Amino acid sequence: MKIIACIKRVPTTDLEPKIVDGKSLDPTGVAFETSFYDQIAVEAALQVKEQHGGEVTVLTIGPKEAQKELRDALAKGADHAVLLKDDRWMSRDAHSTARTLQQKIQELGADLVLTGRVATDRDNASVGVMLATLLDFACVSDVVELEIDGRGGKARREADSGLESYSFSLPAVITCQKDLNEPRRAGLKGIMAAKKKPLDESDCPESSNQAEVCQLDTPPPRPQGRIVGEGAAAVEALIDALHNEAKVL
Amino acid sequence: MDPFRQLDFLGIEDEFSEEECMVRDTVRGWVSERFLPVVAEHFEAGTFPSELVGELAELGVFGPNLPEEYGCAGLNNVAYGLICQELERGDSGLRSFVSVQGSLVMYPIFAYGSDEQKSHWLPRLASGETIGCFGLTEPDFGSNPGGMLTRARRDKGDWIIDGRKMWITNGTNSHLAVVWARADDAIRGFLVPTDRPGFSAPEQKRKWSLRASNTSELVLDGVRVPEDAMLPKAKGLAGPLGCLTQARYGIAWGAVGAAMACLDEAIRYSKERIVFDKPLAGFQLPQKKMADVATDITLAQLMALRVGRMKDKGTLEHQHVSMAKRNNVDMALRAARTLRDILGANGITLEYHTGRHMCNLESVYTYEGTHDIHTLAIGQALTGIAAFR
Ligand SMILES: Cc1cc2nc3c(=O)[nH]c(=O)nc-3n(C[C@H](O)[C@H](O)[C@H](O)COP(=O)(O)OP(=O)(O)OC[C@H]3O[C@@H](n4cnc5c(N)ncnc54)[C@H](O)[C@@H]3O)c2cc1C
Repeated sequence: MKIIACIKRVPTTDLEPKIVDGKSLDPTGVAFETSFYDQIAVEAALQVKEQHGGEVTVLTIGPKEAQKELRDALAKGADHAVLLKDDRWMSRDAHSTARTLQQKIQELGADLVLTGRVATDRDNASVGVMLATLLDFACVSDVVELEIDGRGGKARREADSGLESYSFSLPAVITCQKDLNEPRRAGLKGIMAAKKKPLDESDCPESSNQAEVCQLDTPPPRPQGRIVGEGAAAVEALIDALHNEAKVL
Repeated sequence: MDPFRQLDFLGIEDEFSEEECMVRDTVRGWVSERFLPVVAEHFEAGTFPSELVGELAELGVFGPNLPEEYGCAGLNNVAYGLICQELERGDSGLRSFVSVQGSLVMYPIFAYGSDEQKSHWLPRLASGETIGCFGLTEPDFGSNPGGMLTRARRDKGDWIIDGRKMWITNGTNSHLAVVWARADDAIRGFLVPTDRPGFSAPEQKRKWSLRASNTSELVLDGVRVPEDAMLPKAKGLAGPLGCLTQARYGIAWGAVGAAMACLDEAIRYSKERIVFDKPLAGFQLPQKKMADVATDITLAQLMALRVGRMKDKGTLEHQHVSMAKRNNVDMALRAARTLRDILGANGITLEYHTGRHMCNLESVYTYEGTHDIHTLAIGQALTGIAAFR
């Protein structure tokens, strides 16, 4: 089985963002990591490989430094990594990202494509499902349980109304939700082994955005908290505040 | 809580390879998620968290700089140093456990052992199936191990070992003891399975330092081991001292980790603690303390990195390691004492890490060559005169 996990290099979630030129993130001092849900996609890919055999490729669009995130996936057990180099990866829109991934995935060939539900930087939740449409693959999004058999699989997804169960045929794109699995840690032997695994780098084909960010604002600072009192004596004041100030009771 | 923020004032990160950073971050993540939540409990109870040995082995921290053919990771020495840094950011007891297993048990087998000894023991030690300890120090011979009284004599082709060792890390918990004893010709190293008749390892209790680590006596009362239990390539004190150079190298990095943990805690605490209506961090005296410690940590990081690169090049000698161990442990101990004070009364509780590091570092200051003995080792290298005799 040919399995591809698509991952994105994103700023760590503890980042206190600074904005430059009104529409981009100041990259100085920013630490990066594999987006949380993409780590779940990588884990799902490795588990499918462990159960059914095959090969796991990790694919990313990102700067040269995204080798770090790819190596991390290789250290965990992926077989092959592909980096499509683009220094402006963070300002790509979902469509241009999905289009570029689609072209590469068609070139590589895949039975199963796994992505995160959403990337934790832009919060679009669009690339995975768009990719499925462009590839003309079956798609189940926000998956919390996944089972693959030879030609297809079963998945459960979280919907607003409850859990939905699906069966689907391969090839398919699955977007991964939080409870699907607990990503493994790379061991030190895995890190050494990753050095010897193939990591292909090529320039990302040009592709223009259909939607551009024209302004970026940080959320307004949260108002200061207030201590209304201590111990049992605080209860009345608290109820009063919840009633009359916050108006939540 | 926010993840640990490492001090890297001069961007020393640039000097590490991507792989070295990955190793560091992997161990850092494990320590934060798996070890820090349980360390205070173990420190208080005076126990090592043995339940985590399997995870440590899976991570690959036992003898990580030894070759892959023995089930090890085959990392370079800088990566090994960074592992020690991150483990000791957790607790000196954790780093001690790993130093003993890797540098004091696996290393002598690797460097002085026969092919059979290597292929039998190293994979078992790498996988954590076998836990080892290193018995050199005796009740009356610490800084001067050459005076040891433990004896090994031949008997019908076997060796019989008699003697007593003290202050042995992992002693009670180990399956294999590397015991140094005086044989007819010289001091020799022996691989002694701890289930041999005549062998016992009573725990040394009531410590107020390195509490999350097992320390014990080794009592060897006519312990019989076969001829091939001796390490063939170690003869004389150079054998154990060669192991100690490996372990001390790791300690020089480990101390940096302990100091970083204390500084991280002091910076966070002082920014949140309000005294006289403003954050403690806004006063000049705490700022001076933290600026001094930050500078000292940065210097120690550079020294550790330099000795690491020398070790990888093959130019590192024992006196260089003496300088790094002496400087960095002393730095960390002073840093912990200074920063403990910034935490006020909270600093004396196990809710915070700094007091625990401060207590631990007293052991680290003494073991693996006391601070003063390393002073004399450097003095000897400078003057050619040995002042410790
Ligand atoms: C928690 C812990 C774990 C340990 N783990 C191990 C282990 O796993 N294996 C092992 O073999 N040992 C271990 N040790 C023992 C440790 O290595 C010794 O304690 C250390 O070498 C010092 O020896 P000592 O305690 O006998 O002190 P001493 O040698 O008696 O030293 C006491 C003081 O005298 C000073 N001094 C000694 N000689 C001189 C001199 N010539 N000139 C000037 N000053 C001198 C020392 O610097 C020190 O300040 C451990 C110790 C501790 C505390």
